[in-house]
Amino acid sequence: MSRPMFDEMNASTESVRKHYQGYQRWLAQQPADVMQARRAEAEMIFRRVGITFAVYGDKDEDGSGAERLIPFDLIPRIIPAHEWASMEKGLVQRVTALNRFIHDVYHEQEIIKAGIIPSEQIFQNAQFRPEMIGVKVPGNIYSHISGIDIVRAPNAQGEGEYYVLEDNLRVPSGVSYMLEDRKMMMRLFPELFSQNRVAPVEHYPDLLLETLRAMAPPATAEPTVVVLTPGMHNSAYFEHAFLAQQMGVELVEGLDLFVKDNFVYMRTTRGPRRVDVIYRRVDDDFLDPLAFRPNSTLGCAGLLNVYRSGNVAICNAIGTGVADDKSIYPYVPKMIEFYLGEKPILKNVPTYMCRNPDDLKYTLANLKDLVVKEVHGAGGYGMLVGPASTKAEIEDFRAALLANPSGYIAQPTLSLSTCPTYVESGVAPRHIDLRPFVLSGKDVQMVPGGLTRVALKDGSLVVNSSQGGGTKDTWILESDSAPSIPSATQSQSQSQSVAVGV
Amino acid sequence: MLSRTADHLFWMSRYTERAENTARLLDVNYQTSLLPQSTADVQTGWRGLLSISELKPAYAAKYGESITAQDVMDFMVRDEKNPSSIVSCLRNARENARAVRGTLTTEVWETQNQTYLEVIRMLRHGDFERDPGKFFEWVKFRSHLSRGVTAGTMLQDEAFHFLRLGTFLERADNTARLVDVKFHAIQSDFPSVAGEEEQEHDFYHWSAILRSVSAFEVYRKVYRDVIKPERVAELLILRPDMPRSLLGCLNEVIMNLSMVTSDPQSETQRRAGKLRSDLQYARIDEILSAGLHAFLMQFLDRVNELGAHISREFLVPVTR
Repeated sequence: MSRPMFDEMNASTESVRKHYQGYQRWLAQQPADVMQARRAEAEMIFRRVGITFAVYGDKDEDGSGAERLIPFDLIPRIIPAHEWASMEKGLVQRVTALNRFIHDVYHEQEIIKAGIIPSEQIFQNAQFRPEMIGVKVPGNIYSHISGIDIVRAPNAQGEGEYYVLEDNLRVPSGVSYMLEDRKMMMRLFPELFSQNRVAPVEHYPDLLLETLRAMAPPATAEPTVVVLTPGMHNSAYFEHAFLAQQMGVELVEGLDLFVKDNFVYMRTTRGPRRVDVIYRRVDDDFLDPLAFRPNSTLGCAGLLNVYRSGNVAICNAIGTGVADDKSIYPYVPKMIEFYLGEKPILKNVPTYMCRNPDDLKYTLANLKDLVVKEVHGAGGYGMLVGPASTKAEIEDFRAALLANPSGYIAQPTLSLSTCPTYVESGVAPRHIDLRPFVLSGKDVQMVPGGLTRVALKDGSLVVNSSQGGGTKDTWILESDSAPSIPSATQSQSQSQSVAVGV
Repeated sequence: MLSRTADHLFWMSRYTERAENTARLLDVNYQTSLLPQSTADVQTGWRGLLSISELKPAYAAKYGESITAQDVMDFMVRDEKNPSSIVSCLRNARENARAVRGTLTTEVWETQNQTYLEVIRMLRHGDFERDPGKFFEWVKFRSHLSRGVTAGTMLQDEAFHFLRLGTFLERADNTARLVDVKFHAIQSDFPSVAGEEEQEHDFYHWSAILRSVSAFEVYRKVYRDVIKPERVAELLILRPDMPRSLLGCLNEVIMNLSMVTSDPQSETQRRAGKLRSDLQYARIDEILSAGLHAFLMQFLDRVNELGAHISREFLVPVTR
């Protein structure tokens, strides 16, 4: 089965998309050995700066312990201004609706009463936190930092269309790579930034701090904000330390905090100091051993009570996970209509909910063409990629699906867009996705850009860093000097592609 | 500042300083071992070095009774299982820095990180074996760089003072050990009434001690005199303007302590003050006649106690 392919830079073998033309001309003039040298330089700098992620229980070949570099690709992913403008609107709309939804779930539950989402979809969700029912949180905001994964795939006309693949509302990672990738590009190729009007992203930590401070308990004049990390061995430790440093706030671990008289304090060299806002990078389960996992030392005993009393703000709120599950994802467009009375701007990937008899019937009949995902699965586990599976695998999955239909959803295979990328053999197309970071405080805002992840293996759709994915700088152009030239549909035969949420 | 952060800063600078002093110690021993002398003397030198560093049992467990320059240097430079080896100290300094990298300036963090990455590379490529002197010089200069980049970029707030506190407490300890082992190695007792041949032999030992703390030129400048053991001892113990002397270190400890404490009556301050005044009003002939070794051992105990008090008062009692 052949599918159309969408490449971000090349409209066809002969023509380059309008917004890439300047960059492409520049790239064509760069000698291969110069680019090779820049790659080596980038790697050296990343290592010296220590921009690494930890792989628990792993040992690096150079003895530096369990730290890996995330491969950085020199070729940027470029998005023209008009595309970003509509994506930004769509993101604000989507995240606003998701926040309204989480508030509704823990308060009036109107969306359930209206019969739009079945109640068991919410109350049987492992991420639903009954402790949060009726709790008043500042500004009724739950997901202060949202990472929305967006992919692009060709439609029937071969034009690229954006789809939301996944909403990450708990502790989304990667924003530090967005910032460091930009810093690296500006260091390696300053001339590119004078030739192209690339929207800046460097003020993200400022926006983040503003967002967090806005959540402080009302009586606090000078709120104390902290970043709570599980510690040095967490894979995202670099990011936690980076954000704390960029915002000029303390990076704390659970053992640095304690609760007294229903307030949270941190232990300092000058005695206890009250904490008003916690940007936590620790999962719900580990936040408070008195409320959740009793053996967790990553959180702080009694935190939930302080939070429920409104004496500390926790960002993101406890219980946001109820809205970023695969079983809730199909309802987001309906949520937008229900809460905001608007048409959704960003598309969902069409999703069959196997709990519905019709969807189940369709899914069973088309297993070889679909991706079937376990509702609570993550990281590429518990899924069937129909076109890439054997007959036996499909039959095994059919049995599992029939035994528990409501545990699964199915989606058509998507051909993720590609972007030229440096690989061993030279420049070649590789699949990418995009994670913009949406901040919800007094307003919903974001910096123009996001983290572009790239699957470095040929044909692979796995962009996850622990599975060999890399990153690219993401350029949002400040203006479209001319509209894009419509591109011709390509008819090359391509390997099968699948939308994989990782 | 978080107590845990202060703890990491304190230990980051202690480990950096320890790596430097270990390099100084090994370097001076390596240099003197190149002088014409008996095998027994050379062995005495290396044995003294292990004993000063409290590493004799750990060394014996690995190498048995035989003491060779190569084994001692390997053990103290590159053995990752020896927590006092240079590579272990640099790794610990870097790990402590990593834990609080947000508190450090980018320059301070990158210096620590790069020192560690670089030492691993050098040891793997045989740089140390090719030229031990050059390697020790490199370790010393990375430590200078670490202090310099701290002084040159950090805000002079609590973080800075805890870093300085660690540096000078560790240095006080290390200088005392260094003076002790080298004076031990000298055959003649104080006051020296040695024969001419021994005096010449001694000259090399004294100058080696001075060189190990970068004080050879300082000595000439201060005393304008031939090298005399009691003056070397005075310079390294009692001179307030000598940056590696015991009194010099204690002055810095007190200064930085006063910047981080909110309680002027604190036991830590009291102990530090008492130790400092004992040095301030001491005379070298009294110390020597009462016994230098005993004096230094007592000093080490008191520095150790002071460190424990600092931990109790400011730093989280974490299991390390």
